[in-house]
Amino acid sequence: MLTLSNLTTTYGPVRALDSVDLTVETGRITAVLGANGAGKTSLLRTVSGLVRPASGTVTLDGTDITGAPVESMVHRGMAHVPEGRGVIAELTVEENLRLGARGAAKRPSDAPAPVRTLDDAYRLFPVLGDRRNAQAHTLSGGERQMLVIARALLSRPTLLLLDEPSLGLAPRIVAQIFDLLRTLVADSGLTVLLVEQNARSALSIAHTGVVLNLGKVVVTESAEVLRNDATLRHSYLGF
Amino acid sequence: MSTDNTTTKRLLDLNLTRNLLISLAVLVLGVLLLESTDRYTNTQLSSLTYYAIAAIGLTALTGLNGQISLGHGALMAVGAYTTALMLDTETPLPFPVVALAAVVVTSVVGFVVGIGAARLHGPYLAGATLALAVALPSVALYFKGTFNGEVGLTVASPRPPEWFVSFIDAVSGEFATSSKYVAYLGLFCLIVALFFALNLRRSKIGRHWRAVRDQEVAAEIAGINLGRTRVQAFVISAAYAGLAGAVMAVVVRLAAPSAFTIVLSLSLLTAAVIGGLGSITGAFIGAAVLVFLPPWVTSLSTGSGLSDTQAAQMSPLIYGIVLVLVMLLAPGGVMGTVTTAWRRARLRRLHPATPTQKG
Amino acid sequence: MNGDIQKLVNILLNGLTQGIVIAAFALALVLIFRSTRIINFAQGSQAMFTTYIALTLLNRDFPYWAAFAAALAAGFLIGALLERVVIRPLEGGMELNIVIATLGLYVAIQALAAILFGSDYQSFPSPVGVNGFQVGDTNLALTPTSIFILCTVGVVVVGLTLLFQKTQLGLTMRAAAFDGEVSRILGVKVSHLLTFGWALAGLVGAVAGILVASGQFIYPSYMETLIVFGFIAAVIGGLDSPVGAVVGGVLLGLVNSLVSGYVASGLVTLAAFVLLMVVLLLKPGGLFSSAKTRRV
Repeated sequence: MLTLSNLTTTYGPVRALDSVDLTVETGRITAVLGANGAGKTSLLRTVSGLVRPASGTVTLDGTDITGAPVESMVHRGMAHVPEGRGVIAELTVEENLRLGARGAAKRPSDAPAPVRTLDDAYRLFPVLGDRRNAQAHTLSGGERQMLVIARALLSRPTLLLLDEPSLGLAPRIVAQIFDLLRTLVADSGLTVLLVEQNARSALSIAHTGVVLNLGKVVVTESAEVLRNDATLRHSYLGF
Repeated sequence: MSTDNTTTKRLLDLNLTRNLLISLAVLVLGVLLLESTDRYTNTQLSSLTYYAIAAIGLTALTGLNGQISLGHGALMAVGAYTTALMLDTETPLPFPVVALAAVVVTSVVGFVVGIGAARLHGPYLAGATLALAVALPSVALYFKGTFNGEVGLTVASPRPPEWFVSFIDAVSGEFATSSKYVAYLGLFCLIVALFFALNLRRSKIGRHWRAVRDQEVAAEIAGINLGRTRVQAFVISAAYAGLAGAVMAVVVRLAAPSAFTIVLSLSLLTAAVIGGLGSITGAFIGAAVLVFLPPWVTSLSTGSGLSDTQAAQMSPLIYGIVLVLVMLLAPGGVMGTVTTAWRRARLRRLHPATPTQKG
Repeated sequence: MNGDIQKLVNILLNGLTQGIVIAAFALALVLIFRSTRIINFAQGSQAMFTTYIALTLLNRDFPYWAAFAAALAAGFLIGALLERVVIRPLEGGMELNIVIATLGLYVAIQALAAILFGSDYQSFPSPVGVNGFQVGDTNLALTPTSIFILCTVGVVVVGLTLLFQKTQLGLTMRAAAFDGEVSRILGVKVSHLLTFGWALAGLVGAVAGILVASGQFIYPSYMETLIVFGFIAAVIGGLDSPVGAVVGGVLLGLVNSLVSGYVASGLVTLAAFVLLMVVLLLKPGGLFSSAKTRRV
């Protein structure tokens, strides 16, 4: 579904991404792993159009979207949950969700959508329903993560980009969220590109693992291999 | 340690000498200009002196310390009115004393405003000083008894002293009118202002100002008191405005509210911006534009068929447009653009093989 | 009615009417500040210019409402134009540069108006009467024009509130103002909204300009004190709160009127300045700002 070809992103003299080749298969979860500063966030920001790459291409379902404006991405079926979650703190839970739903306007009506309406979102995450009129900054970390995932799903994406969803969350909640992702992918054919520092949790639900180091891809392997190869794990993933 | 001190001392002396020489050079240049031009140009040069003084103060405040002020026209008014009041006696004190008094009074006002302003940034500071600029003239109008309301206070033309008459006679053989005397007063004040500014730039105070402007948090961590630095900058720039007001009072021979509107404050800002914020040379350039451009623009406009009142509006129109264009195209002003171009050319000469940066 | 009470009532009514107009202008400032974090010093000149456009039409015997609508349309277009041409290139750069640019626009637009429309005082009509109502044998400082002003501003406030709270456009505008990047990720065309914000502010400013002018004389700098008062009102209210702008405006209007009536009319601007400094020093976020502390 998504192909990155020889993608290089620079911030001044720094190469955040260095000739990255990566394929995200439809209906699968691809995990991008690596230490802080490895380029994981830059990868998502380049794919979603917040940053223009210096060279290389990004192709979505056969269409070259390199350098396409980020505002157009939700219409193409790509939803990005950015670093820091991206909750709009001053708006209410419901207003955040409505913004997400707005992005579904130009999506074809037959696009798979496990979450179609606000009520679907509230059914999926009852806690959001309870707090629907609360300002988003009053939510806990886990609740915010649920909010932004629901918001992203409301735009009926075929591809979901997630930037470190487990950051700052208790293990129990992380497990909940990752379970949910696994279910969504299995049930509705959603494709997920998951960036994570928590490699263990990410690999537990991913199909493919890609390890970045200093902007370069150093390992591309099936998640199963990565889980079971102790040497690889120790070298690159720290566990 | 002691070698450090002597080296520093020697550098300081070098700087002082350098600044003294520059000031003297400008003085000589000023005298040459005044003696070789006609009366009308002399009047224009007189205006140039007080605009330049005010512009130096403002460009230091905004360029070096990062504070924007729309109230410097009002501060000039304080200096002008102080001067007018002090000269309004049978035996007025000599001008240097009066000017000093104007500087002191304006500095005090600047201190009060500066304390309030020190906590404000950017547009908030602009808005607050704008409010001051609108409010202060009304004070002059309210206390009609002292300040003579709309009409304002007239300033008697000072009589040129004997030594001055002899000096001018020796230099150019002309008769020293009081207008010429006043022009020289302005020039003298300008030189003093220039000398101080040159020293300030390189001094510890100047460096502190720049530190506060550029990196507040870092400056604070380094032990620089933000508030005190800001107030200091405001007071010093107010002193300059006060001096400029004093000179303006004797040149124009009038201190009236209509001369100190927001347009004056904005003109000063325009001068500082055009010349390049933070640059003393820029202040001179900007002041020159302020003095020599309007008459030229006005005559051009009346020539093309605009009425007199319309032609008078061409200057502020051009100021406004120039301000916008400078911000869009060359925010560093004349001196800023020149410095950048020069630096780039130097860099290219030193590193001819460096490829242009990617990304 | 007792003379003192009558005086007080009239002062309060005056203050209310004045304050409501200040509020309208402060709203325009807040609109721009909310979306772009810029204080548009040229807002007053824009409003003055659109009022002159209305006057030009009125002098050619266009009906009042046509001239009013034309002024609003002009305000909308001028606001959009200024944002695209002047402000957009400067956004993200040094704050000082934007302040200076809006000041430049302020001066230029005012001078342009003087050139095009003349500097003389010109009378601007009100669509309704300008004589005070009579209650018994006392003259109230309340005229049909003041009622017109109150109602118009009321309509504007209600309209803006509905826009922001009940429409999707308003939601996206608020989102873009709070977090531009996340909004873009969600598909919101933030740059279009910025232009729209300035256009809307220009429209609201145009309304304020006409209201101030109703039944009065206009001249190129007639909005100057309103710029200052509008700014003060917006600051009192906490620059990103429309409610605050209205409250701040009314409060300032009342203070101005009280000072004018009981102290001296010439000291009104000074009193306003003092009030501004007090608010900025004691409660820099204004009376109504949101939870986050603001850096002024």
